[in-house]
Amino acid sequence: MSPSSKRHATIYWTGFGIIIALLIVAPLVLPEFWRRFLTEILIWGLLAMSSDILIGYTGMVSFGHSAFFGLGLYGAAAALLMVKPPNLWLAILYGLALSAGAALFVAYFATRLRDIYFAISTLIFSQIFYVAIFTLTEITGGENGLNFSRPQLGIPGVYTIPFTSESLHWFVLAVVTASYLILRRITQSPFGMVLQSIRENEARTRAIGYPVARYKIVAVMLSGLFAGLAGVLYAFQNRFAAPDFVLFLISGEVVIFNVLGGIGTLVGPILGAAFFLTMREFLSRLFPYLASYLNIPHLAEFPYLIPLGVVFILMVIFLPQGLLGFARRWLNR
Amino acid sequence: MGMFADIPWDIIAIQTVNGIVTGMILALVASGLTLIFGIMDVVNFAHGELFMLGAYIGAVVLVTSGSFWVALVVSTLTVALMGAALQVTTLRPLLGRDPLTTILATFGISLVLQNYALWHFGPVPRKIQEPITGQFELFYLVYPWYRVLIAVLSAAIIGGLYLFLKYGRYGVWIRATTQDRFMAQAMGIPVPWVHTGVFAIGAGMAAASGVLFGPLIGINHAMGLDWVLKAFIVVVVGGMGNLGGSIAASILVSLLEAYAVILVGYIYVGGQPLSPALAVVVPFIVLIVTLLFRPTGLFVPTPK
Amino acid sequence: MTSSAAPTETLLTVEDLHSFYGKSHILHGVSLSVGRGEVVGLLGRNGVGKSTTLKTIMGLVSPSQGKVLFEGKAITGMPAHKIARLGVAYVPEDRRIFKLLTVMENLRTGLDRQGVTEARKQELLDKLFEYFPRLAERRSQPGGTLSGGEQQMLAIGRAMMLEPKIILLDEPTEGLMPRMVSQISEIIEALHKEGVAILLVEQNVPLTLASSQRVYFMEKGVVRHHAVASELEVNDPIIHQYLGV
Repeated sequence: MSPSSKRHATIYWTGFGIIIALLIVAPLVLPEFWRRFLTEILIWGLLAMSSDILIGYTGMVSFGHSAFFGLGLYGAAAALLMVKPPNLWLAILYGLALSAGAALFVAYFATRLRDIYFAISTLIFSQIFYVAIFTLTEITGGENGLNFSRPQLGIPGVYTIPFTSESLHWFVLAVVTASYLILRRITQSPFGMVLQSIRENEARTRAIGYPVARYKIVAVMLSGLFAGLAGVLYAFQNRFAAPDFVLFLISGEVVIFNVLGGIGTLVGPILGAAFFLTMREFLSRLFPYLASYLNIPHLAEFPYLIPLGVVFILMVIFLPQGLLGFARRWLNR
Repeated sequence: MGMFADIPWDIIAIQTVNGIVTGMILALVASGLTLIFGIMDVVNFAHGELFMLGAYIGAVVLVTSGSFWVALVVSTLTVALMGAALQVTTLRPLLGRDPLTTILATFGISLVLQNYALWHFGPVPRKIQEPITGQFELFYLVYPWYRVLIAVLSAAIIGGLYLFLKYGRYGVWIRATTQDRFMAQAMGIPVPWVHTGVFAIGAGMAAASGVLFGPLIGINHAMGLDWVLKAFIVVVVGGMGNLGGSIAASILVSLLEAYAVILVGYIYVGGQPLSPALAVVVPFIVLIVTLLFRPTGLFVPTPK
Repeated sequence: MTSSAAPTETLLTVEDLHSFYGKSHILHGVSLSVGRGEVVGLLGRNGVGKSTTLKTIMGLVSPSQGKVLFEGKAITGMPAHKIARLGVAYVPEDRRIFKLLTVMENLRTGLDRQGVTEARKQELLDKLFEYFPRLAERRSQPGGTLSGGEQQMLAIGRAMMLEPKIILLDEPTEGLMPRMVSQISEIIEALHKEGVAILLVEQNVPLTLASSQRVYFMEKGVVRHHAVASELEVNDPIIHQYLGV
């Protein structure tokens, strides 16, 4: 290792350690609302990070991540409702199995198409799952969704503790951190290099002799599995599953997180999710305040998605490398 | 097929007419989408929102002017202008970049427009009163004339577009630009403005279909989603950028869906007939079958 | 207009042009000039940047450095359609006719300009069909169904519809039968007589020397040499130096 890359690695791991330490301490000092908020950022961040495998590393924009997320959520819900007492590990297993099934389905069909065609077909496929969940009322509860209770943390029958908002946060933090480290390892592995080579030049990658179609299918599966994991975590956090979580608007938000934070960076999408959710909280407090201050009552319900949407469009046009990319360039200057 | 033998044939006839009517509206939405895609590789995610805004503006103008036809024209022109403005401000800067960025930008536009409509018009659906309320008898059932009028008007608008593309000066510009953007520009065709014009035409057509379809459904801020998804499906099934293919696919998919509404009622699962609501999966099935067997689209001639 | 060997006035000037194609630096400072009504050849091996020079003049590739002056006015970085309207026409190497448009519609892309009367349009078409009667026969046939030679005629004819002051002509005889080649050299001669300037990129050295007044030699993205065409022999050492294998 050269001295400069060694120094770089030291800085990286120090920064990583500080951030993890802060995230560990955070629930002890934050009030309940913001504690939950922080946990949510981590979960949405995991979902966004899973989608980055496709958008940032393979060059495939998925507008269908809500399907993987939603099936992870519904899979966990099914396990939690069917087995008494609710079992954490079974919920994870069910959630991952369902999202993997969905990912296989989408991967098989959608990877036949490229670029925009891929993006549209992922959107349409996720909508199939939405329609299925919405109409199969007897299993999914339809529009009303499913309510269930949280499992306990631990091994049932051996040692368990109930989830509190702190321990749930730590659990989510552990899962998201582990996922990040695994995904980081994968993107730096030979497999990840092939994905990036597909992004740069698909035809050449194929010409060199890599089975591009198979790599793409594996990439979608991998991405779908981690998205499903995010769905499982969300089940624990939210204790409620509804068709709205499968709707493509979630997929759209995931794409927004990626673009805002910076694609192809894994950390960027988490940052993007944090930025988006924080802005949402800020704006949905700002407009009611402005409405009473300016005495325009109608302004109180001004949708936060309008300014955020405009910011998103501006970023697509002027700052395609996202906040993280921008920060990096600015720091390197 | 014995279990379907007792389907009354007059219901089949009714559903045929219904399928064609919806198919023509869908064709109107999809032809704008495919025209825009064909010429600038832009998948317009905001197309459904232009449809929705068209319906809202139509409803507002109808209330103030009292004339459905004034509402149709004003709404079409307004949304066309808006489309031009959107193209100039958000899509023109992306020309030459990865086409995927345009899907992101138009997705952003769709979010903004949808939320604006929710804020401005509120969550309560609005109605557009149809211009003609007459009905006629179709196999012992009454059928509104207005639905037939929709199909005829949609066909007329699409026909007008075809003639314009075939014979108009700007039509030739549009076709030349669709085939070879760089050569068209080298021939002195102002390609950036052709793009803007095509986007405006597509937006106007979406708005017109919104106003025409308005009387059949309640107008709300989220109505664009179903349409844009279906339009995406028929555009892929018909072959991206292929105008004739999109129109044929629109009618095919709508007819199949209309028939499925009857058929699922005759399929019993556990003693219960399936819900007609399940017919909405038909377009998805058509899409999957197309992707499996002809991923370039059903109606694309085999490349030479 | 008369055909004069010595140009009286400069129509097009290219000064120190640098261009990139993606990440590769193609033009490293190209300088040349074309007089009004002059036919100028641009010779060089494959890949030295001849086509890129034409594309950069046309505004289809934007230069990173350097200037293009047309009738004394800077057109560098101008969009191609504006350059075309000033009177610069482009016939690309691969012809790039609009394959799904009919022959007539292909011609209309150049004819349907502001301020061209119907009578003038007819005049231009008549003149073209006189040169290329085959195009008249096939006027309502899609461009994609024409033979290679006919497509080349159409590409040149389409450029002529712009009534250009200069035509950037990229390898017009590539892949054509000898009979077609002589027809191309006739049309170059005819255009020259009408006072249209031509910047001709060609691999066919005899044709280039016969058609041009002056020739430039390019190597590795730079113009290295410049000569009066009538003073060069086909087997001149200079030709060998820049084109020989």
